[in-house]
Amino acid sequence: MELFIQQVMSGLANGAIYASMALSVVMIYLAIDHLNFAQGEMATFSAFIGWQLIAWGTPYWVMFVAVVILSFIGGIAIERVLFKPLHNASILSQLVAFIALFSILNSLDGYLWDYTIKTFPTPFGTKPLFGSSLIDGHEAGMIVVTAVLLGLLYLFFQGTRLGLAMRAAASNPESARLVGIRVGWMTALGWGIAAAIGGVAGMLIAPIVFLEPNMMFGVLLYGFAGAVLGGLTSPGGAVLGGFAVGIIENLAGTFIPVIGRDLKLTIALVVIVAVLMVRPAGVFGRSAVSRV
Amino acid sequence: MTVPPQETAVFTAAGRAGVGQRTGSLSTRHLVLAGAIAVAVVLPFVFQGFVIFQFTLVMIYGLAILGLNLLTGFNGQFSVGHGAFYGLGAYVTAILMHRYGMPYYWTLLPAGGVCFVVGFLFGLPALRLQGLYLALVTFAAAVALPQLLKFHPLEGWTGGVQGIVVDQPDAPAFLPIDSDQWLYYFTLLVILIMFAGAASLVKSRTGRAIMAIRDHPIAATAMGINGPLYKTLIFGVSALYTGVAGALGALAVQFVAPDSFSLFLSISFLVGLILGGMGSLPGCLFGGLFVLYVPNIAAEVSRGLAGAIYGLIMLLVIFVMPSGAAGFARLLGTYVSRMRHR
Amino acid sequence: MMLEVQRLDAFYGEQQALFGIGFAVDEGKVRTLLGANGAGKTTALRALCGTVRTAGEIHFDGKRIDGWATEDIVRLGIAHVPDGRGTFLRVSVEENLQLGAITRRDRRAIAEDIERIYGYFPRLRERRAQQAGTLSGGEQQMLAVGRALMLRPRLLLLDEPSFGLAPRLVEELFEILGQVNRDMGVAMLIVEQNAALALELAEHAYLLETGRVVMDAAAAVIGADESIRRSYLGY
Repeated sequence: MELFIQQVMSGLANGAIYASMALSVVMIYLAIDHLNFAQGEMATFSAFIGWQLIAWGTPYWVMFVAVVILSFIGGIAIERVLFKPLHNASILSQLVAFIALFSILNSLDGYLWDYTIKTFPTPFGTKPLFGSSLIDGHEAGMIVVTAVLLGLLYLFFQGTRLGLAMRAAASNPESARLVGIRVGWMTALGWGIAAAIGGVAGMLIAPIVFLEPNMMFGVLLYGFAGAVLGGLTSPGGAVLGGFAVGIIENLAGTFIPVIGRDLKLTIALVVIVAVLMVRPAGVFGRSAVSRV
Repeated sequence: MTVPPQETAVFTAAGRAGVGQRTGSLSTRHLVLAGAIAVAVVLPFVFQGFVIFQFTLVMIYGLAILGLNLLTGFNGQFSVGHGAFYGLGAYVTAILMHRYGMPYYWTLLPAGGVCFVVGFLFGLPALRLQGLYLALVTFAAAVALPQLLKFHPLEGWTGGVQGIVVDQPDAPAFLPIDSDQWLYYFTLLVILIMFAGAASLVKSRTGRAIMAIRDHPIAATAMGINGPLYKTLIFGVSALYTGVAGALGALAVQFVAPDSFSLFLSISFLVGLILGGMGSLPGCLFGGLFVLYVPNIAAEVSRGLAGAIYGLIMLLVIFVMPSGAAGFARLLGTYVSRMRHR
Repeated sequence: MMLEVQRLDAFYGEQQALFGIGFAVDEGKVRTLLGANGAGKTTALRALCGTVRTAGEIHFDGKRIDGWATEDIVRLGIAHVPDGRGTFLRVSVEENLQLGAITRRDRRAIAEDIERIYGYFPRLRERRAQQAGTLSGGEQQMLAVGRALMLRPRLLLLDEPSFGLAPRLVEELFEILGQVNRDMGVAMLIVEQNAALALELAEHAYLLETGRVVMDAAAAVIGADESIRRSYLGY
């Protein structure tokens, strides 16, 4: 039982990583009606910029704010330069653009900052929390930040007119134009916000998994899995999904003897698939009702 | 997201019907096809060993992409995991040859068969999943395969991380060609048979049903088409094609190992398909060219930034040719015929 | 005239759909575009909103608006209820109405307007928190009209409001449209296949045939002429 609780807690801590990634995945999905496959690479790039700023002597919180702002601008720039010209092209052209972006960013990371593993500081300290070995300061800090971000996003999307306009622009751009919404700006804004959240996720994840160009790959996968599990249209569901994936992965790895390290990812994905069989739109997702 | 119909303009019943009706007179298409085959037959005598090997790989990748095309271009079901079927076919061949001494040409059948069954089984749960969700599941398969192949208890079969060595088939004694050239011709023969099979499937009633499901699933069902049956069958057929390509790939590369069949391979196939043109048979070969040569070109331009160059080339192609190479060729064709009719 | 259209062509890609048509709508008045399927009625409305490629002149309040982006045209006070309704399916009924007013800043007036819309369409009030995609066809039509009215438009464009609705609902809808025109002074341009009802509401009508205006007369005149009604309007 002790082991079980320990693994659950550890899974929660990992889950916080996946949850913050899942949140930024859902965020961009709500904003642009697509999954951004390069989300992880954008987050890694942001983290590298943060690392560089720290290496140049910038204090942590100044660096944090700078990275958030730069990520925001970067997201908007990517949308305007790369995706706006493609917005009339087919979904497949856009898919290629996402893959290309992934490749470019990943390569740039390695080129500019090489492949050696770097450490990234945390503002929360790494001492065990409340003396217990189950969770340390940083992991707790991550959970709190993720929860706060989630709250802010919820308020933004559900409670503000701008948030409503963004949701409308993403789900039905033609009708959005007919009510006067400037769909192009909404899309750009969505990218900016998603990039900023990704940047925060990157800065929180880097201290744990250590900074290197491929740091986000597995995380992004789990993030997607968590988002899909929770329901792509539900930020809260995505966060819960992320935590769930973390716990499932850990429990499967510990208690199913054959699995071990290598198959943890596979098992997590298998569980996701199983859930999708039962609830094709995710646990909290709302499938859009369409009439024939 | 299902594939929008305008992306697959070549695979329409009307288009195909037009081609099939000209019996007895040679259309331009037939001439071009005959010419291409003639060139293909002559090539191995013009070039040497390594280049022949590369051409063989182009055909193999083209076949793999054709498999994906049948599923995604033809039936609108999205897969980001076809590398897994490729790898599966490769391993079946490798294991059958290595452990059981089966001659290489027989292994193509079980490779295809196993992949058909797995693909069909994949198609069953896929029925419940739309677009994005199906993409994620196939994505999971692509990621899972290398891990499964390295899985400890299965190492006796799979050879674990080191993989399995595959002997290159020798040319039959009565033919005065070397083994590279023989493999090229063997591959060419298989490719021709399978492409012909795909073309005839597209033209058939079954083919039209499958396209109908892609374009308007509800109307198709209302007309009595058994959607679930066709969707799972085409998943199986698609996997079969890519699996046979994988088997040929194992023969060509003479080696199978878990990390050769990573997610990157699956994504390469998808990119190759899109850039070649969804729903186009010749486009698959362009895709094969892309998959084989562009990563190398990118690495040559800049070792450190190879990935970035690769990405930029992809972007260049997609901006210049939004409907892929096949779409571009079609545009050229319309332009040329308009000039002719002035 | 508040809205004036002259020598308007419209194109879908290479295909030309409208050939030099002209029409106008006066402040506060109701006019209707009639014609058979494929005559170009929907295209005309899309041309006004900037969603198809056009050549020719569109004047609104003395300004040339041909070639403008849809969002900017809307902000001038032109609201379009498209064929197919264009409901935001994934958000609630009330959020759909809020979206209609998304370009306005006067919070209190917006809240009042929402109440007013519920007054016209009580069924929507019952379903205010429901996901819009679950509404029936008739309810979605009412929602679409309500959303357009939330803009407090000067001109309301309606594309086949009767489409797919039961006859009783259609009569109800047209009554409400008449009321709205009187209460709010909104001008309307209605594209309709159901000519009888449209001619009752409108003061002036245009008859379109394969992209050209073949008749331009007061509604009463067209409605009274039996030969026109029989050959063009089917009754």
